[in-house]
Amino acid sequence: MVTKTGIPAGPAAGKPAAALSKEEVLRYSRHLIMPEVGMEGQLKLKQAKVLCVGTGGLGAPLGLYLTAAGVGRIGLVDFDVVDSTNLQRQVLFGNSDVGRPKIEAAAARLRDLNPDIQIDTFEAHLSSENALDILKDYDIVVDGTDNFPTRYLVNDACVLLGKPNVYGSIFRFEGQITVFGYPGGPCYRCLYPEPPPPGLVPSCAEGGVLGVLPGIVGTIQAAETLKLIIGKGDHLVGRLLLFDALGMKFRELKLRKNPECPVCGEHRTLTKLIDYAEFCGIRGEEAPTIVTNIPEITPRELKSRLDRGDDLYILDVRETHEYQICNLQGHLIPLGELSRRVNELDSSREIVAHCRSGKRSADAVEFLRKAGFRKIWNLKGGILAWSDEVDPAVPKY
Amino acid sequence: MAVKVIIPTPLRAYADKQASVEVQAKTVAEALSALTGKFEQLRKHLYSDDGRLRSFVNVYVNDEDIRYLQKDQTSVHEGDTISIVPSIAGGAR
Ligand SMILES: [Zn+2]
Repeated sequence: MVTKTGIPAGPAAGKPAAALSKEEVLRYSRHLIMPEVGMEGQLKLKQAKVLCVGTGGLGAPLGLYLTAAGVGRIGLVDFDVVDSTNLQRQVLFGNSDVGRPKIEAAAARLRDLNPDIQIDTFEAHLSSENALDILKDYDIVVDGTDNFPTRYLVNDACVLLGKPNVYGSIFRFEGQITVFGYPGGPCYRCLYPEPPPPGLVPSCAEGGVLGVLPGIVGTIQAAETLKLIIGKGDHLVGRLLLFDALGMKFRELKLRKNPECPVCGEHRTLTKLIDYAEFCGIRGEEAPTIVTNIPEITPRELKSRLDRGDDLYILDVRETHEYQICNLQGHLIPLGELSRRVNELDSSREIVAHCRSGKRSADAVEFLRKAGFRKIWNLKGGILAWSDEVDPAVPKY
Repeated sequence: MAVKVIIPTPLRAYADKQASVEVQAKTVAEALSALTGKFEQLRKHLYSDDGRLRSFVNVYVNDEDIRYLQKDQTSVHEGDTISIVPSIAGGAR
């Protein structure tokens, strides 16, 4: 039972409460009774416009807490569709959302949480063509994307438009959080002038992520966003917060504005958005792996040779914990151990190397060919392709 | 001087899965060379082919970025902590 007598009248007394309805005063009462937020702060939240780029792992807690807190207008940018591997961490979505556009499922969930606020949806890839147009109407941008080109794009667009960019990124057990693009403060390019070349740094899809990690990092981004709006507390401007969930440690590093920064420095050379796929070394649609002359065998060819009884040696170069998920009964030597365990292999035998998708095993084949192995093939598409083309009982992960 | 080098998650696979490693060094350069001497595979992740520290890997002595100190000639003292902080991009998917 909610009774009207529960409304805290004190802090709101004497202030122009006209902008909050009676229902809103009740809904936000836990904010209103704190002097740091109060009626003034709550009205700022109501007038604020925040754009969340990405509605996945980081976007989920962000969207939920900003909506619950009463941020008046929230924009969501995403193009993805909910799949079952998202549900381990993207708490905005439920089982019934699988197959639905994320933006649609997210908007429905947030509107249910707080019908008083405006949710704008952009079902699109943020690009150099649309970014300035999408960002321009918002006060604060929150970066919850998952790739380097979009992160540099969001950074540059925010700097060009003079908007704060609340940044968070995650990998496995580790997160980085800061505020870029605040007047006088550093930007993403001040921290990292250039992205890593494609393939050198694994993504969450390849490297994995502890489900609760985006929850913690996204919630910190939400806290920073709310503080920027109400103008209270110390922001993460000029401070890089590192979080390690495995060691359960927070650390803080100094983040300085780079006077030579091409986008926010004294002699800036970057005055409009560029081609970010090119900047990050990704040409064309899919980043092609620069694997040449690696002898390959398809899953079907391998199956028929095994059925014929050919003496093939299956080398699995994944990690032990992956072998436990599924395997082709191969001999396991993780790629990282191959150089010191190469003597376990017999170069006179025919060897087929495989991993999950065919990428790591291509490296293994290349390495072994350099080591003198001649009868060696890479299983094209890895165990994923084996599951698709030969044995659907093998689970994909 | 004994200094602690903190290995970030993405690079632990190349450092025997360790979260931190103690090395003897008087400068950052010495510390990193001791580290890559111990873990050869780390080298290509920290340095480009021309031997320069990669621009998506930042190195800190305690909480200061060595780019604003004496770069890899920054001196280190007993008990200092060196952090290697590469850029990571994960978040949505
Ligand atoms: Zn900058």
